[in-house]
Formats: sequence, structure tokens, C-alpha cells
Amino acid sequence: MTTHATAQPSYLVDTGSRKGLMAWLTSTDHKRVGVLYLYSMISFFFVGVGIGFLMRLVQLTPFQHLITARTYNALFTVHGVIMIFLFVIPGLPAVFGNFFLPILIGAKDVAFPRLNLASWYFFMIGAILAVLSLFTGGGAPDTGWSFYAPFSLKTGTNVSLAVFGAFILGFSSMLTGINFITTIHRLRAPGMKWFRMPLMCWALYSTSWIQLLATPILAITLVLVILERFFGIGIFDPAKGGDPLLYQHLFWIYSHPAVYIMILPAMGAITEIIPTFAKRTIFGYKAIAFSSMAIAGVGSLVWAHHMFTSGMSSLATLLFSLLTMIVAVPSAIKVFNWVSTLYKGSIDFQPPLLFALTFIFLFAIGGLTGVMQGALAINVHIHDTYFIVGHFHYVMFGGTGFAFFAALLYWFPKMSGKMYSKKAIYASWFPMFIGFNMLYFGMLILGMMGMPRRYYVHLPQYHTMHVVATVGSWFLVLGLLAFFGTLIYALFKGSKAEDNPWGGVTLEWTIPSPPPQENFEAIPTITHGPYHFEQESK
Amino acid sequence: MDWMNQAALSAQKSDAVFFYVFGLSVAFLIFITALMIYFVVRYSKKRHPKAEQIEGHLGLEVLWTTIPLALFLSIFYYGWTNYEYMRQAPRDAMAVKVTARQWSWSFEYPNGKKSKVLFAPLNKPMKMEVRSADVVHGFFIPSFRLKIDAVPARTNTTWFQATKLGSYDIECTVICGVDHSLMLSKVVVVPEDEFKAWYFGSDDAPEPGKAIRAAEAHPDLKDLPPGLAVLTSKGCLACHSVDGKPKVGPTLKALYGRQEEVLVAGAMRAVTVDEAYLRRAITNPMEQVVRGYPPAMPQTPMTEQELAEVVRYLKTLN
Repeated sequence: MTTHATAQPSYLVDTGSRKGLMAWLTSTDHKRVGVLYLYSMISFFFVGVGIGFLMRLVQLTPFQHLITARTYNALFTVHGVIMIFLFVIPGLPAVFGNFFLPILIGAKDVAFPRLNLASWYFFMIGAILAVLSLFTGGGAPDTGWSFYAPFSLKTGTNVSLAVFGAFILGFSSMLTGINFITTIHRLRAPGMKWFRMPLMCWALYSTSWIQLLATPILAITLVLVILERFFGIGIFDPAKGGDPLLYQHLFWIYSHPAVYIMILPAMGAITEIIPTFAKRTIFGYKAIAFSSMAIAGVGSLVWAHHMFTSGMSSLATLLFSLLTMIVAVPSAIKVFNWVSTLYKGSIDFQPPLLFALTFIFLFAIGGLTGVMQGALAINVHIHDTYFIVGHFHYVMFGGTGFAFFAALLYWFPKMSGKMYSKKAIYASWFPMFIGFNMLYFGMLILGMMGMPRRYYVHLPQYHTMHVVATVGSWFLVLGLLAFFGTLIYALFKGSKAEDNPWGGVTLEWTIPSPPPQENFEAIPTITHGPYHFEQESK
Repeated sequence: MDWMNQAALSAQKSDAVFFYVFGLSVAFLIFITALMIYFVVRYSKKRHPKAEQIEGHLGLEVLWTTIPLALFLSIFYYGWTNYEYMRQAPRDAMAVKVTARQWSWSFEYPNGKKSKVLFAPLNKPMKMEVRSADVVHGFFIPSFRLKIDAVPARTNTTWFQATKLGSYDIECTVICGVDHSLMLSKVVVVPEDEFKAWYFGSDDAPEPGKAIRAAEAHPDLKDLPPGLAVLTSKGCLACHSVDGKPKVGPTLKALYGRQEEVLVAGAMRAVTVDEAYLRRAITNPMEQVVRGYPPAMPQTPMTEQELAEVVRYLKTLN
């Protein structure tokens, strides 16, 4: 309806007074902020991958080699901090949430564009502080990313700065949460009723509430750690009358819901991808929407399942085990609805769908091994072993990570205006999938055998599986390099992407690739649900 | 291999729940994956060109909410009851004080006897009262499926009843500093009379379970090179490895001909390890202590023939 002459330029074109990098660093366009997050996060991701790769090399022999024990302890701490705080927690909401939330609900931008850019700066400052902690003070922190007191209070390493970095990162997370909640409440296009929103928006909405409500508790806890380290206030140190278990409770009151901050947007992205390639409406829209909210709600009440062996009361273990089992139900509901969405579809098999289905498989293993841990009698054996390490990599890497890759493949043509080589992506999937399962299923087996986590050297009986896992890590890294290499190549040399390469029906596919600066020529009016394929089949 | 070795009642209780959940999980995973693959093939664009717009089905939603809920609750209940069993020590259990510190374990029995490895009589309940002297540690015996954290200023308890003779690893499971992964010990399960002989014996009564531990380390001394057999029977390998792994003392791997800095009468001196040095280091270990290691080695008397065999064996480790 709009003529070509009035069409806005793409968001990739600098139209303001500033050009190049400065135009990006000062842009309040939600799409540019999303891309800033994307580049910074993928950089951190590869630092984390590199550290993980190095740790696997250390485990190639049962005794001390390559690096010292102190360095190894620093590596797993930094690997955890980088991957959790700089990639997995902000990952999908900050990149795809920022880029697509306004477009999916028919808005020009988020509710507070400047706050949005400020969130990215908070993220970068926190990240830089966390990285600085490696090289300054008493050396890189060696406590594990969970910073358990009183060890974190006593160690001479640079815990304070790392913790302060995480504190700043928390602000980025909270501000993004406020921004998304307000955007969803206030900026939906005319006719975009709550139950006409794409399910990604429901996932982001529930995530934002957790970010807003749970992150302050982490912030308070981290401030207490810093105060205790500098002034010895004695909240957590038993020598001064404090309680180490109080630290664990406060830490997990945030850090367990954080797991849902990590996984809900991933589930949201999967929920967008499956209907597009099945060419049919989602099965059980409301069930998926409500299960997101249920996960956010019940998920806030299960934190102490990280503490079953800590010596807390029988009543506490009973309640937290029970609640943990209940929170598994909405995840199961989602899996059933996704699979049912394939039923009687007309499936166009493309790379994003392959990664989405891989997500379901890996996330199912992650979820099922999680249920094992929720069962008290099993938990007593596998807690704090490699089983846990394997489990949460299935959830966070197999789950959130693969969903991130699926989302990237799905929206890459829209974001960049370029199309990648599908064959190269399929080729990168094989080493990734094989390597992933060798590495992390190997860890599950090691954990059942009794291999404790965070061990620099291992006993000889664990050696064979360690070698299997390490070889798996080589395949995995190979696949990751091929995957991102393909996308980077496409960015420069890829063919031009169509506006709607996958035949999707949500709003982002109605606008050009890459999107214009204000997303829409005219704000659309919505008259039906988000996955409305009828009109397409003429 | 220790893989799923059940050496205590608690292991049976834990594994029973594990196999229940494992069975359900495998069934679920196969079902979901097979369904996914079947749908992708059966409803591919080629075979099924026009999609049917099915918005949902209330009956199915109810079904796949209630069935998983029921299964999860059964897992919860089974897990809880077996855990309660693992947690409530019988009244006649012998209470052992377990103390964790950076980076070692120590055990104190009701009559005041102390040990660095945990001795347990076969088929008798033992209650562990676990404490920490510094930071949080985790007391873990994989073969018993038993774990409880050692938290400073708290006493956490657990118990076990060993059902198999043998010696089993004790590992620390909570990151506690630089040597977290060396914070290991053993629980040695011995016949009750052997335990009693030690427990009620004089202060210098020999520790029980020598035969069990030696047999586990080396099934048959006769099959070993003579030098290694001497090192094993004299207990040298408790502190020195032959594979390069660091222990209390320096490793014996590639020792012969190595440059070492040793403390001689309070001064550092560089030496090259040769036969004369080795003989002195074995017969009079306190004379020259290798830098970075504690002066902890006891004098180890050996016959001339044994010494010669040990030196010959060490040369082969290069």
C-alpha cells in the first residue's frame, strides 16, 4: 500500500549524524541493540567454549599436566560465570527478545529505548569487570560460579570483583525485564489481544517477571558477600555467628529461577519455529502460554533442591522435592504440544526445524535427568558429581544453546537480509550432535560412577569415560566452528534473503528483510491469532 | 571397576529408585523421539501437501497433564521413602565423628580411637557425624550412594550398613580450594572380629583390613616385577606413585637421573638422583628432603637384595 518512494531505509543504514561504529554504540533502535548483544554474547560464548575445551584437555590424563590445580579451579569458575551470566541468561531475551518482541506485537520499538541501550552498557561494564577479575587482585576466582560461603569469603582470589561484575550484570537483566513487561502491556498493536500474541511473547513475558523479581535477591546476596569480605560483617561466616546455609538459600532463590530465565525464551523460540515449518497452527496455544507462567511461578519455589545434602530439615527436603516434581509437569506439557504440532502438518524440513527438533530431544534428556535429581534417594548419590554437570549442559547447552542456534538460523535472514548455505549448516549439525552426546552423556555416566565435579585430577577408574568425553568435545567444537563460520561467510557473501524465506505468518515475515527502521510502514491491525495459515492455502 | 558396585544397604535403596526413573525416562524419550521422526516423515510436504489446522484437544491436554503428574508424584514418593530410610540411623549404630578440613578426612570412634581411613565392620550400622573445621566439604562414598555435606558449625548425620568386604573411595564433592580433588580417603569394610580386635586393642594394634587393601591394590605380588613387589609390600606406594600422579611424596616415575632440589641440614642443594642417592633416601629419608614435600617419610629397612631390586625397577620407569 505504501509506495516505494516513502519506504523507510533498513535499520542497517546510518541515517543520523553519526556514522559507523558510533552510530551503533549510540543507537536506541531495539534491533541495533539486539545485534550489539548478539555480537558481544557470541564473543563471550567462544571464550567460554575455549575454556571448556582446555578443561577437557586437562582431563585427558588422570594426573597433573598442562596447568596447575589453581589455574584449573579458576578455569571452571570463569567458564561458569561467562557462560551463565554472559551467554545463557541474557542470550535469547537480549538478542531475539530485543530484536523481535516489538515486531511480533506490532510496535515500533520497546517502551523505553534509552533504558534498553543503557541495559547493554550495564551488560558490557559487568562483563568487563568479570573479565578484569581474572587478571587483577589475587588472581582469578577459584570458588566455582556458585561462590559458596565460607570458602568464597576466605579465598585470597579476586572474588569481590567478579561478584561485583555479576551484580552490575543483574541490573542489565532487571532493566530489560521492566522494559519487556511494559512493552507487552502497553505497545501491542490494535487488535493484538493477549491470546493473539505469538507464544514467544508469552515466554518473554514470564521470563521478564522472573528477571525483575528474582534478580534483586542475587544482587543483595552478592553485596553481602562483598561486605563480608571487606568488613567481616559475619552474615555467612560461622566463625562470626553467620550461617553458610543462609548463603546457599539466598544464592539459589535467584539462581534456580535463573534456570527458567534461561530456558523459557528458548522454549518460546521453538514454539515460533515449529508452526512455521509444519505450516499449521500451534497445538494447544493456551496450554503453552499458561505453562510458561506456571513454570515461572512454581519454578520460583523449588530452589532448595540444590541443597538436599546440605543437612537441612526433612520437612524442607520433602517439600522441595515435591515442588520440583510439580514444576516438571508444565515442561512435559510443552513437549507434548510441540510434537502434536507436527501432527497432520505439511512439513517443510529446513535447518531451523532440524535444530528445533534436536532441542526437543536434548532438552528431554536434560529434563528427565533433572527429574532423577529431584528424587531424593537418587539425589544423595548424584548430587555434586559429573551427573549434574552432564544434566545442566543438556538443559543449558542442548536446551537453551540449541534453541539459540535454531532461533539464529530462523531469524538470520530477517536480521541480516542474507541467506546462508543450508548444506553447510546440515554438515555442521553432525559433528555437533555426535560430539555433544559423547561429551555430556559421557559425563552422566561418569557421575553415576561417582566422579565428583570440579576435580582437577581424577581417579583411574574414571579415566576411560573422560577420554570419550574429551574426544566428544573435539567434535563439538569442530561443529560449532563450522556453524558460525557458515553464518559469518553468509553475512559477507550470502545471497540476498527473501522477505519471507520460510513461509511464516507472524508479523516479522510481513516486513522487508532486513527490517526498516520503524519496523512497519503503518502499525498493523490484528484480526486473528498468530499462527493463521488458512489464508495462505488459497 | 566400581561402576554401580552396591556395597551397602543405602546403595540398594538408591539404585531401586534410579532404575524405576531410568526405565520411565527411556520409555518416554523413545516414545517422543519416535513420534517426532514418524510425524516428520509421514507429514512431509511431499506426502501431505496440505496441513490441517488443528488448534488443540482438551482431552489430550488433560491426559498429558494428569499422567505425567501421577508418574512424577510416584517418583517423588518412592524417592522420599527410600531417602528417609537412608537418613534415619538405627539406634544401635556406632557413631563416628567425621571431620573434614582442607584437604583431608579424619575419623574418631566412640572410644577415642582415630584414623585417617574409615574402618567399618561388615553388616553393622555405622552413623556418621560429619563436621567441617573450615569451609563446606562434601562427604561422598559412591559405592554406598551416600553423600552429606560437611558444613562448618553444624553436625550433619548420615548412616550406612556395609554389605560387602572391600575398600571403597571417599571423595570430597564441594569445591574447597586448590587441592579439592586430592581430598580423598577410603572406607575399609572388614569382618566384625577384625574390626573389634583393632577397636578394643591397644593404641598400637595393627590397623584392620591390611589384607583387603593390599589385595585390591595388587591382586598377586608374585606377578609383579620384584622391585615393584617390594615397594608394594613395604607400603611405599601409599605416598609415591609410579605413574607420575602427585601424592604425598614425589612420584617415582622418571625419578632415576632426575635433578632434584633437596634440603640438607637446612640448606638447599641440587642433586642428580643416582643409585647412591636412592639407597640413602630409602634407608635414611630425613637426611635429604625433596623441596616442596613434607619431611614425612619413615625409615624403611630393606635387605641388600631388596634395595637392589628396587633400584633396578626404578631405572625401568624412565
